[in-house]
Amino acid sequence: MNRRAAVLLGILAAALLALPAVASSYVLSVATLILFFAYAGQAWNVMMGFAGQLSLGHSLYVGVGAYAAAGLFFHFGVGPWAGVWLAIALCVALGAAIGLLAFRFGISGVYFALLTIAFAEFTRIGFDHIDWLGGPGGLFIKVAQREHLDLANLRGPPAMFYYLMLALTAAAFALCAWLLRSRAGYYWQAIREDEPAAQALGINTFRWKMLAVVISSAMTAVAGVFFAFYYNNLFPEQIFNIGRSIEIILGPVIGGVGTLFGPILGAAVLTILADAITELLAAAGIEIPGVKQVFYGIVLLAVVMFLPHGIWPAIARRLGLERRD
Amino acid sequence: MALLEVREVSKSFRGLRAVAGVSFDVAEGAIVGLIGPNGAGKTTTFNMVAGVFSPDAGEIRFAGRRIDRLRPDQVCAAGIGRTFQIVRPFAGLSVLDNVIVGALERAGGVAEARAAAAAILEPLGLAAKRGELASSLTLPDRKRLEVARALATRPRLLLLDEVMAGLRPTECDQMVAVFRELNRRDGLTVLLIEHVMRAVMALAQEIVVLHHGEVIARGAPGTVVRDPAVLESYLGEETEV
Repeated sequence: MNRRAAVLLGILAAALLALPAVASSYVLSVATLILFFAYAGQAWNVMMGFAGQLSLGHSLYVGVGAYAAAGLFFHFGVGPWAGVWLAIALCVALGAAIGLLAFRFGISGVYFALLTIAFAEFTRIGFDHIDWLGGPGGLFIKVAQREHLDLANLRGPPAMFYYLMLALTAAAFALCAWLLRSRAGYYWQAIREDEPAAQALGINTFRWKMLAVVISSAMTAVAGVFFAFYYNNLFPEQIFNIGRSIEIILGPVIGGVGTLFGPILGAAVLTILADAITELLAAAGIEIPGVKQVFYGIVLLAVVMFLPHGIWPAIARRLGLERRD
Repeated sequence: MALLEVREVSKSFRGLRAVAGVSFDVAEGAIVGLIGPNGAGKTTTFNMVAGVFSPDAGEIRFAGRRIDRLRPDQVCAAGIGRTFQIVRPFAGLSVLDNVIVGALERAGGVAEARAAAAAILEPLGLAAKRGELASSLTLPDRKRLEVARALATRPRLLLLDEVMAGLRPTECDQMVAVFRELNRRDGLTVLLIEHVMRAVMALAQEIVVLHHGEVIARGAPGTVVRDPAVLESYLGEETEV
C-alpha cells in the first residue's frame, strides 16, 4: 500500500468512526446495512474472488449462523459471544461438507454453484419444519432496550450495532488483506486462474479450496449472528432465500471481484442508490413493487458492460492506488 | 540407477491406445529428447510422468520411488517440474507473482519465494516484465514464463513440452543456452518433447522416438536421425537427386 492509499484510508476510518455522532437514525441504519453487506461480501469474496469457487448459496451460512446463536439465546439465555462459536462450528461443518462433496468428486464451475444453491434451499425447507426454532412462523428475540447498553447480550442502541459491524468489516478487511499476501492468497489466485497449472506447481488444490470454503463460511456465520441480534426476528423463508445470497454477491461483483475494496464499495454504492431511489419514489407518492431489484439489475448490467472488473479497479487507477512491483 | 525409469507403460482413452508398452530411462544429469509425429503419445507419456493420468499398466519410478499413482502436486513435490504444451499462465497475476506461486513450493514464506522468483526471471529475460500481467505477454514470453514457473519449484527433473514452438531461431538458441547452463551448473535433468529439431539436436544427449504409442528408436541424436524407421515415420526420407 502506498502513502496515498494510507492517507485516504485514514480519512475514511475517521469519517466512519464519527458517523453516529452526526448522522440521523435513518442514515445510521443504512450505514449499518452497508457494512453488513460489505462484510458478507468480503466473506464471499474469499471463496469466489480469491479462490474462484462460485457460491450462490451464502445465505445458508447467514441463516445457520443466525439461527444457531438466536436459538441458544432464546432457549437457554446463552449470549451471542458464546453462540457465535456454535454458529461458526456449524457453518464450517456445512461448508466442509459441500467442499468435500464437490472437490472430491470433481464438481466445479456452474455445477459447484448449483450445489451451493441446493444446500441453501434444502436447509431452508428443513428449518421450516424445526418447530423448536419457530418453523415457518419465525423465531423472535426480545427486542433490544434501545437506551440501555448491554454489550454482553448485544442489546443496545443502533450505534452499538453500527460500531460492531464497523469493527467486523474492518477486521474482515484486515484478515483478507493479510490472506491475499500470504501463501494461501497466492495459491488461491493460482487455482482461480488455472487449476491444472496450479496443481502442476505442487499445490494440493483440494486442501486449499477447502480452506477457502471453511474461512468464507466461518466469516459469514458471524454475519448471521449479527443479523439475528440486529433484526431480532428470523424467518427461514427470508434468511435462506436465494435472493439474499444474490444480494450478498452483488456488492463484490459490482465493486470488483477479488479486490479488497470491491465488496465495501459495491455494498455502499448499491445500498445508497437503491435506498435513495426507494425514498425518492416514496416522496413522489409512487409505489412500484420490486423497484429495488430492477435497479440492482440495471446497475449489474451497466457494470458488466462498461466496467467488467468492477468499479473499484477503475477508481483505484484514477486515484493512483494501483499496486506497483 | 536412472533418475526416471518408465517401464512398459500403457494408456488407452476409450479404446484408443495412446501409449503401448513404452519403456525408457532418463539418467541423472542427462538431457533426453522425446520426438515423434503428432499423435505418437508424447504428451500422454508426459502426463503420466507428471501425474495427470495414471497408466493402465506398467510403472514409473523417480529416484527409485514409484510415482505412477501420485497426484500432479505430489509429483511436483517429489522433484519433477513441467511445462504445458499449450501455455497456462495465471493470466490475472503479474509475471513475478506467477513465478512466486511456483517458488512457494520450496520457500518457507512469501518473501523468500519472491527473492527466488526474481532470481529465476533474470536469465530467462523476463526481469524487465516482472510487473506486467501474464495476460499481456507475447507467446514467446509466455513460453519463458511457463519455464520460469516450473523452474521455481526447484525440480531435479524438468519436463518440457514443446517450449521452443513458436520461437524465432535466435530466441530458440537463447532458450537452449538457458537449459544447457542449468544442466551444466545445477545438474538439472531434462526430458523434452520437441518438434524443433534445431533445439533437440543442440540439447539432447539421447533421443527416444515414439510412433503410434510405441518406442521405435532410441540412442544418440546423430544415430537416431539416420535410423530408417525414424526417417520413414517422422523426419521424412532424404531423396537422392
